[in-house]
Amino acid sequence: MKPPAFEYHAPDSLDAALELMAQHGADAKVLAGGQSLVPAMNFRVAQPALLVDLNGLAELDTIRQSDDGELRIGAMTRQRRLERDPLVAQFAPLLHEAMPHVAHPQIRNRGTLGGSLAHADPAAELPVVTVALGARFRAQSANGQRWIAAGQFFHGLFTTDLTPEEILVEVAQPALAPGSGWSFMEVARRHGDYALMGIAAWVTLDERGICQQARLVYLNAGDGPVDARQAAQMLIGQRQSIKAIEAAAAMASENEIAPAGNVHASAAYQRHLARVLTRRALKQAYERARVNTPH
Amino acid sequence: MGTLHKVSLTVNGKQYERQTEARTLLSDFLRHDLGLTGTHVGCEHGVCGACTILFDAQPIRSCLTLAVQANGHTITTVEGLAHSQSELHPLQQAFWEAHGLQCGFCTPGILMTLVPFLEENPHPSETEIREAISGNLCRCTGYQHIVDAVKLAAEKYAKRDA
Repeated sequence: MKPPAFEYHAPDSLDAALELMAQHGADAKVLAGGQSLVPAMNFRVAQPALLVDLNGLAELDTIRQSDDGELRIGAMTRQRRLERDPLVAQFAPLLHEAMPHVAHPQIRNRGTLGGSLAHADPAAELPVVTVALGARFRAQSANGQRWIAAGQFFHGLFTTDLTPEEILVEVAQPALAPGSGWSFMEVARRHGDYALMGIAAWVTLDERGICQQARLVYLNAGDGPVDARQAAQMLIGQRQSIKAIEAAAAMASENEIAPAGNVHASAAYQRHLARVLTRRALKQAYERARVNTPH
Repeated sequence: MGTLHKVSLTVNGKQYERQTEARTLLSDFLRHDLGLTGTHVGCEHGVCGACTILFDAQPIRSCLTLAVQANGHTITTVEGLAHSQSELHPLQQAFWEAHGLQCGFCTPGILMTLVPFLEENPHPSETEIREAISGNLCRCTGYQHIVDAVKLAAEKYAKRDA
């Protein structure tokens, strides 16, 4: 239960970090909060030859609002900071609400936003929230930068669109439209454990209460965040009704998610949880949307 | 043996400087290199909470941090809680009085989790206490006496600060 030997670098600038990644590529691994990488190294599941520690890069630990209202969050921002930041609470309430579900405070004090996204655990909360909110990720390499939509970033189990030379440096989080309501819910055996099932949902209503947009994204429901588009589509053009919610919950839980089942919950039980959580989350999202709808 | 890195840090108010391999976990560094064996090592993958310490005043898992990453930082371990050999920290005193431990293996991690928790939230509800210790496993007490000890500590704090 000790990591094998590796070369360690703690660059003092992003440029120096990118240079190291350009030189070492697939042999190197970025060390962010280390809350998933270090246990994997302790188990020797991960045996990188070289670690590039980003913890000295204050330039990646930032939360600000851009001129167009997007939240711009540096990849090395600690999860605990996200949980308590007033800008996040005001402009990304879905993210704010999901944060206490991310492991335990001791983990969130070290764990980072970018680390969790780049790790791409299908049972993690942050990938699901960023997909639900249509976030964009800025990846940088020694050759330049590119933006990746959250929906295109997660390729599958612990796999992302990042190349070995790239570092995820920033997340841009658009605000929900006026008239939107949101909800994050999950079921875990103990608070802080990986959830058996979870959902990030939002709806946008017009002044008549008719749903204009909706998004339902599930965690631990496949090999990455599962975006249940057909279920969301069933809500659009409708007022809130038990019938519409039940139809969407049935569509998502029976047809769109693909839970694998595990020792704690069978796939059938996970589907049951998804159905119940969809119902509850949509109810909360509609209630909040009505409060936020312009009259 | 891999390359050695210099680590210079403050632990319980005392300055230390050592040479260590990059792969040395902070938990092992505290125990083996500094001889501070109060920090316990349980699961070594961040699940049990026994190795919880304060890193720049925030509780973290010392088994999920490399010793080299502590360079320039301030650490508090369970050895840093009591003011003297004869006087326990009020939280430790409450654990003693309320029988908040049996074998004691999880106790250092639980104390280091709860010290900052009680500073931030001096009058916690039982639910809040149980959530605060959700990242620390105890296999003896069933947690009931731990919760009692935290309530007692909160009363002690209130009296002390009155």
